[in-house]
Amino acid sequence: MSVRSVKAPSLRERTTWKKAIRRDWHLYVLLLLPVALVILFNYAAYPGLRMVFMDYKPAKGYDGSKWVGWETFAKVFRDKDFIRALKNSITFNLLDLLVSFPTPIILALMLNELRFPRFKKVTQTILYLPHFLSWVIIGAVAYQLFKPSTGIVNVLMMKWGWISEGIPFLTEKGHWAATYLLIGVWQGMGWGTIIYLAAITGISGELYEAAMIDGASRMQRIWHITLPGIRSTIVVLLIMNLGRLMGSNFERLDVFANTQVRDYQYQLAIYVYEKGLASSKFSMATAVGLFQSLVGLILVLISDRFAKALGEDGLL
Amino acid sequence: MAKKEREFDTVNDGSHAIRKFTIGDFLIIFILVILCLTCILPFIHLAAKSVSSNTAVMQKSVVLWPKGFNVDAYKSIFQDGTLVHSFLYSVEVVLIFTALGMITCTCAAYPLSRKRLKGRAFLTVILMIPMYFSAGLIPTYLLYKDLNLLNTMWVLILPLIYSSYNMLIMKNYFQSSIPDSLEEAAFLDGANNFQILFRIVLPLSLPIIATLSLFYAVGRWNSYADNKYYITREGLKMIQYKLYQLVASATEAQTATLSEAIEVTSTPEVLQAACIMFATIPIICVYPFLQKYFVKGVMVGAVKG
Repeated sequence: MSVRSVKAPSLRERTTWKKAIRRDWHLYVLLLLPVALVILFNYAAYPGLRMVFMDYKPAKGYDGSKWVGWETFAKVFRDKDFIRALKNSITFNLLDLLVSFPTPIILALMLNELRFPRFKKVTQTILYLPHFLSWVIIGAVAYQLFKPSTGIVNVLMMKWGWISEGIPFLTEKGHWAATYLLIGVWQGMGWGTIIYLAAITGISGELYEAAMIDGASRMQRIWHITLPGIRSTIVVLLIMNLGRLMGSNFERLDVFANTQVRDYQYQLAIYVYEKGLASSKFSMATAVGLFQSLVGLILVLISDRFAKALGEDGLL
Repeated sequence: MAKKEREFDTVNDGSHAIRKFTIGDFLIIFILVILCLTCILPFIHLAAKSVSSNTAVMQKSVVLWPKGFNVDAYKSIFQDGTLVHSFLYSVEVVLIFTALGMITCTCAAYPLSRKRLKGRAFLTVILMIPMYFSAGLIPTYLLYKDLNLLNTMWVLILPLIYSSYNMLIMKNYFQSSIPDSLEEAAFLDGANNFQILFRIVLPLSLPIIATLSLFYAVGRWNSYADNKYYITREGLKMIQYKLYQLVASATEAQTATLSEAIEVTSTPEVLQAACIMFATIPIICVYPFLQKYFVKGVMVGAVKG
């Protein structure tokens, strides 16, 4: 979809800065605003990263704090909390990918098989709902529904005799992990279908007609036409998701926090917040944040290379 | 692009006429209905709970229909006023944020979409780096502190009004949907860049302006982490964070407390349900109308420039 190849030679060949500014000063003026904003709010924060080589004390500031070299990183990698947070982050991100990635694909295939346009439209609209809700609302609703003794899910299951005592969905770490992951699936499943459904519309209808004539069953059509037709979309999205393996969503973790599930819920975003803002170990928190950013960046670059090597568009 | 019209409306296998309703169809419909119910029923249940009597809720007999209908919980919310204030304040923040966000986005996207702009590649990189590399929570926090932004409304607005992601979507739209020839013709007729932007480009971009405004607005409305990081003054907290403090953090103690001054007759259980509904109903009411714009944004975002 690139339009880059179409050039307007009369306007772009070898302009000097003087000419360019005279002709396009309006555009440079417009750019002042966003550039000023990123400098003020993003770039201005980068020098603060030097505190990873310091023993930063809020009272002393950048100038008064001692330089300690790589000591902070050594401390971080010896920190049991960090190791636990790192392990949890990677484990949960992988599990998340495993359960949250395929769901929209399956759902898109099912929606594509639906033959009632009206019903399909209503279904899609309803399935999009969770995407528009904040994690606070999702978390609050989940707590209401899943409370061991008073939550409606447990109440109904006990009434129907499926279980004899309430399941601690969000207050025991094993159950918490499953609930947390499933809520993630639920939140993203409908929205995720959009891109696949769009890819499916790009598949030629003639292929299906030919397959019908040859007597292909529905499953055969899905397997041999639809899935190969959206393969490149799947690959690109998968790679993009791999690039996010080090990330962690603070809000999603924070709304499901409680003391009983800390073993699993304690992930990098929580580590940074608690070590940093809550207990003022600024240098350590920053070092972990930097580690997370850098690894994330490297993963994105690798993913991009990978996608391009496979002949896809790439991400950058 | 020509296919866009039928994107979500029809089955794309040209087989309507010959297919019969099979067990497979039934299974698909069954699964989809179940999934839809998981999206709707929780809210119906909470809505029912929020207008039920305390005893009915305590006996756990409220499922999807209110028992002992009353609106006491909502009355307390309005008498107390903190949630209502927070709601109105959030609306104010979202409106300012969205307006400034769209201005910034246009200021970045339009120049960068002009291929003849000298220094375009460099400026694009400058504006994209923050998306891939952030300084992290602590340096950012200290920066905002130095800028005297902590505990102001502006800390919720200014740092986020420039969004690389939204800028890319807008830039892609300008590049793919507005023909260069149109702009060049105007240029040759003596129009300057501002005139081209305001008279030609923006009027042709209303769909994407609507979409991105909604991205900005819903994003701001829904997030609360920055409230938690940077705001300690009660009056400056947005509704999502208020709700977080009222319910999400009160798992064990279950103390949904509004201010002490007013008399609350509802049990915490009912009050929590009412608070959740108070914050959720606006979104549930508007999202069916917004979602088609969102879908459009996802599609444009998927097309790389």
